[in-house]
Amino acid sequence: MFSKGTKRKFSDGGEEISDESLLGARVASSYSLQRQSLLDMSLIKLQLCHMLVEPNLCRSVLIANTVRQIQEEMTHDGSWHMVTEAFCSAGQSPSERLVATEVLCRSREQDAEPKLFSVISYEGCCEEEVVADETLCSVSVSDTVSNVCLAGRMGQCWEKSELSGIERDEEALEDSRLGSGEEEEIDTEDGASTESPKTIGQVFGTFEIKNGSPGPDSALEELFSDVDTSYYDLDTMLTGMQSAPKMGPYDLLDSLAPSHSSPSIVSTPNCRSDLNELDHIMEIIVGS
Amino acid sequence: VPAGIVGGGRVGGGNDFQWCFSQVKGAIDEDVAEADIISTVEFNCSGELLATGDKGGRVVIFQREQESKNRLLSRGEYNVYSTFQSHEPEFDYLKSLEIEEKINKIRWLPQQNAAHFLLSANDKTIKLWKISERDKRAEGYNLKDEDGRLRDQFRITTLRVPVLMPMDLMVEASPRRIFANAHTYHINSISVNSDYETYLSADDLRINLWHLEITDRSFNIVDIKPANMEELTEVITAAECHPHQCNVFVYSSSKGTIRLCDMRAAALCDRHSKFFEEPEDPSSRSFFSEIISSISDVKFSHSGRYMMTRDYLSVKVWDLNMENRPVETYQVHEYLRSKLCSLYENDCIFDKFECCWNGSDSAIMTGSYNNFFRMFDRNTRRDITLEASRENSKPRAMLKPRKVCTGGKRKKDEISVDSLDFNKKILHTAWHPKENVIAVAATNNLYIFQDKIN
Repeated sequence: MFSKGTKRKFSDGGEEISDESLLGARVASSYSLQRQSLLDMSLIKLQLCHMLVEPNLCRSVLIANTVRQIQEEMTHDGSWHMVTEAFCSAGQSPSERLVATEVLCRSREQDAEPKLFSVISYEGCCEEEVVADETLCSVSVSDTVSNVCLAGRMGQCWEKSELSGIERDEEALEDSRLGSGEEEEIDTEDGASTESPKTIGQVFGTFEIKNGSPGPDSALEELFSDVDTSYYDLDTMLTGMQSAPKMGPYDLLDSLAPSHSSPSIVSTPNCRSDLNELDHIMEIIVGS
Repeated sequence: VPAGIVGGGRVGGGNDFQWCFSQVKGAIDEDVAEADIISTVEFNCSGELLATGDKGGRVVIFQREQESKNRLLSRGEYNVYSTFQSHEPEFDYLKSLEIEEKINKIRWLPQQNAAHFLLSANDKTIKLWKISERDKRAEGYNLKDEDGRLRDQFRITTLRVPVLMPMDLMVEASPRRIFANAHTYHINSISVNSDYETYLSADDLRINLWHLEITDRSFNIVDIKPANMEELTEVITAAECHPHQCNVFVYSSSKGTIRLCDMRAAALCDRHSKFFEEPEDPSSRSFFSEIISSISDVKFSHSGRYMMTRDYLSVKVWDLNMENRPVETYQVHEYLRSKLCSLYENDCIFDKFECCWNGSDSAIMTGSYNNFFRMFDRNTRRDITLEASRENSKPRAMLKPRKVCTGGKRKKDEISVDSLDFNKKILHTAWHPKENVIAVAATNNLYIFQDKIN
C-alpha cells in the first residue's frame, strides 16, 4: 500500500500501478502458488498410492482428475510454461532431461493429440520456449486432454490390479531403462514405506521445482519468496469461499502436522506415516 | 430394573421422537484395534437380527430378545447370537497383492425356513452363510456311547430307538456358497434381488449378476472399463437392486451420476435406461467439486418410488421419474465446505458415508464426523444431529441434540468446526425395518438407540 507522498513507480509500459491492481496481482500470484501446492499435494498422493499394496481406485481416479483440472487451468492462464522454464534454469543436465522425457512419452505412441508436457525436451532452453508456446496455443480444451506424464503414472497405478506376473516383469524391465531411480520405486511397491529423494525426483519428472541444485536463482524461488503459505488460506481460496470468516487460533491444517499433539484430530497410524513422508517430500520439493 | 418416566423433554427432530440410548457393544479402550473397526451394519428383514462386519473379517450377529411383559418401558435388547470368521486375509501371488479380509458389505436374504442366510463380501469374494440353531440332539444310540466311542459289542443286549433330547442352544454358522474370482477390482456393493434367486455384486468398474445356487460363473451386466486404462475418469461407487422390480437396478459413480438399468433391455447394461444428474452450480465450483460430488451410497426407498444418494456434503432424494434433479436435498455438514482443502490433504474427503431410510420412508439418516449422525424428517423438514458417545450411554438416557458452531460466537454446548474429531467418523448406520430402533457404528463400537415409549 502506498502512503501519502510516496512516489509511485511506473511499469515499463508506462501504466500506473493502482492499489487495486497490485492487490489483484498479489491475490492472483497467491492463488497460483496455492494452486501449485494443491497440484504438488495431489501428485504426492498419487505417488503414495502407487506404493500401497492395492491402491483404492476411486480415490486415485478422483485425485488424477483433480490434477488434470489444475493442469488445464494452468495451461489456460499461461502459467504452465513458467513451470517448464524452471526446469530450464534449474541446471538439469541433458541426460536428466532425457529421463524426464522418457517418463512422459512412455505410453503415448499412437496418440496424435498435442502433448502438454512435450515441452520438456532435450534440445535446449531457447527451443523449449518456442515449443512451449506452440504447444500451449494448440492445446484443445476438453475433459479428455491427454496428460502424458500423469497418464503414464496413473495408468501404472490402475494397471496394478490388472497386471499378471509376466506383465509386471515387462514393466519392471521398461522402468529399469529409465534409470536406477525407477527400480527403487518398483522395490518400494512391495511394501517398503521409505523413499529416497532421488526416486521422487525422477518420478515427479516435470513437477520438480528444484532438482537438488542449491542455486537460489531459479525463477520459482522468487515466486515463493514473499508468500504466506499458511494453509487455511488455501482452504478459503481454492474452495471458492472468499468471504469465509477466519477461524480462531486453532488451525485445522496445523493440527495435521505430526509435531502437533492436538487431541481433536489424531492421525491414524497410516495417516501419520503418510504425513511424515508428505513433510519430507515437500521439504525436498520446496527446497527448504 | 423398572424405569421411571422421564418427564418433559424436547421433541426430537426426526419423527417427533425422543431418541434414547439403549445399548453399546464393543471395547471401551481408547486404543482401538484395527481389526475391531466395524465396516458394515445391517438389520435382517424382520429386524430380529442385527449383523456387523469388521476389518478383521469377522461377522457378529445380535438377536433381539423377546419382549417380556414386565419390561414395559424398553423394547427387547440385542444380544450376541453368533460370531464367526467370514473372510481371511489372502495373498494374490500372481499380482503380489494382499487381499484384505475386511467385510465391505453384509446383506441378509429373506427368511424362508428356520435358518437365516446372509451374504458377506470382502474386496474379492462373496460368501453365503447359513446360520442355524441346534437345540436338540439324539441320545441313546445303539452302537456308540454318549461321548461317541463305540460300545463294546458284547454289552449290547437290547435294541433301542434314539430319542431327541433338548440341549443348550447352539448357533452354527456354515459357509454354503463361495462366489469367488469374478472381480478384478474391489467389491463395493452387493444387493439381493427381489426374485430371491439372484443378486448383484459391484466393483469399481464392473457389475456382476449371480444366481445364489451357482458359484462357478456370473453374468457381467455392466462394464465401464475403458480399453485404455489411462482414459479412466469415472468409477462405479455403489449399486442396488430395485426392491420390487427384479429387472431394475441402479449404480452410482464417482462423478455424481446415477444410472438406472433395465436388464430386459440387453444382456450387457452399458446403456442406461435413466440417467440422474443434478446440474452443477457454477458459483460453487472449485477444484474439489468433482470429489465432493462423488456418490458414496445409493439406497432405494422401501416403496421403490424414490432413491437416496449420499455425497460428501449432502444427501439427496430422487424421484425415479425425474432425472434432471433430486426432489429433496439435505445438507449434512455444510460447514465443512470451507475446509475441503484440509480434508483433501488428510484424505477425509474420500470417506464413504452410507445412508439409510426408516421403515416408512418418512425419515433418513446418515453419519458425520465427531461421532455425530444426522436424521432428516422428510415430512416436517426438521433435522437433528445426535452423538454416539460413551458419555451419553446411561440406560435409556435421552440423546441431546448437538450443534456445530460455524463462526461467530460459540454458544454453550455448541462445538466449533475446528474442534471436531475427524477420526471419529460414523460411516455405517442402519434403521430397523419396522420400528424406531437404529444401529450406529462408531469405529469399534456399535450403539443401539431406540425411541422413547411413553
